[in-house]
Amino acid sequence: MSERLMHILADSFMKILVPGLQMTIPLTVLSFAFALVIAVVVAMIQFANVPVLKQIARIYIWIIRGTPLLVQLFVVFFGLPNLGVLIEPFPAAVIVFALNTGAYDAETIRAALESVPKGQLEAGYCVGMSYLQIMWHIILPQAFRTAFPTLSNSLIALVKDTSLAANITCVEMFMATQRIVARTYEALALYLEVAFIYLMFCTILTWLQAYGEKKLNIYD
Amino acid sequence: MLTIQKIHKSFANLEVLKGVDLSVDKGDVIAILGPSGSGKTTLLRCMNFLEKADAGTMIFDGEEIELGHIKKKDILRLRQKTAFVFQNYNLFRNKTALGNVMEGLVVARKMPKEKAGAIAMEMLEKVGMVERKDHYPHQLSGGQQQRVAIARALATNPEIIYFDEPTSALDPELIGEVLSVIRKLAEEGMTMIVVTHEISFARNVANKVIFMEDGKVLEASDAKSFFSNPKEERTRTFLNTILQERDV
Repeated sequence: MSERLMHILADSFMKILVPGLQMTIPLTVLSFAFALVIAVVVAMIQFANVPVLKQIARIYIWIIRGTPLLVQLFVVFFGLPNLGVLIEPFPAAVIVFALNTGAYDAETIRAALESVPKGQLEAGYCVGMSYLQIMWHIILPQAFRTAFPTLSNSLIALVKDTSLAANITCVEMFMATQRIVARTYEALALYLEVAFIYLMFCTILTWLQAYGEKKLNIYD
Repeated sequence: MLTIQKIHKSFANLEVLKGVDLSVDKGDVIAILGPSGSGKTTLLRCMNFLEKADAGTMIFDGEEIELGHIKKKDILRLRQKTAFVFQNYNLFRNKTALGNVMEGLVVARKMPKEKAGAIAMEMLEKVGMVERKDHYPHQLSGGQQQRVAIARALATNPEIIYFDEPTSALDPELIGEVLSVIRKLAEEGMTMIVVTHEISFARNVANKVIFMEDGKVLEASDAKSFFSNPKEERTRTFLNTILQERDV
């Protein structure tokens, strides 16, 4: 490897990592937090069979899962201004990633809720608890344990999907890399470098997942 | 204390309860016997609103309730006066034995944790499960799980406990430990309704026996005369069959 290339790679490492820490990670964490809230609400609406809201939940999941994430980003960031709705790149990305991941996670959580035996709900009723108390204290914790590996998957997928936010002018890791490539023409080395940084992030998440699963395995 | 009149329940086109009456006095231990599909379990589940009865009246502590038109709020309130023990225990899988017993006190009745913990320990003591208080359900045997379930039922200080075939899911050698706990409760004067196939338990512990078949009560009497002198021919054949099976 030439000395020039070594120098570029070393020099660019921090220039890629810093937007990663300042943009990719906050974007992922915020989007995923909102996604989980959306997912739990949407899953519970379906699980409890709430009329009208259930239909709305199905339509939401149908549209989100049936359209590309990149198109969704463009609709919100470049499309909505035609209706007079202007959203900054970062909040636009958070909205789209949260809605997108939320739709997938809602299905994961719904399936997990349905896997909890019906007797758990009945036992809760019989000790005098209300439906929402049982959901919160008994059913959701058990469902969360079942859903945890799949939710971890979706978090890892989201880390990588945030690279799409480059297309709506969010300066995250991928866009930072593109800019350095435009200056140095070292496409292969630099794209491999950013790939390596994504891999590092996801490796840490994989460790956290293993740790979390161990913690959650105390009961059955 | 508790009276049920003309309770009806159908699933789709199948009428499971065809006008069942039942009367419970304080301190009663009522055994409900009958062949499979006779509606015993459905009766118990309707009494605790796990199934919604189509029609019928319940009089509980002088309060008259139309079972076909009961409101959610009333269900929640009435359930807090009763407890239920399931055939397959239904312990909360994400809670320890102690947590299972405390849950109804802390969450449903908003009791401070220390007080609930003290009550829960007392109940676990009663069923002989104190040593296993920190075990999760999957770490306990069936008999142990059912004893914790009984402690959970006792903790909320119910006026009546419903038992739905409490020993049917247990290995034969574990049945005794659960029955002896229920027998102890009977001696302490707890009001209980027990759906069971354990004839000798019904004979030795219950003071009243109800025999159900095909959604109706065929015979209801005090335990002594039920076993020594059953009035109905059908009851006699049922008892004979069961007792013979024991001998085989």
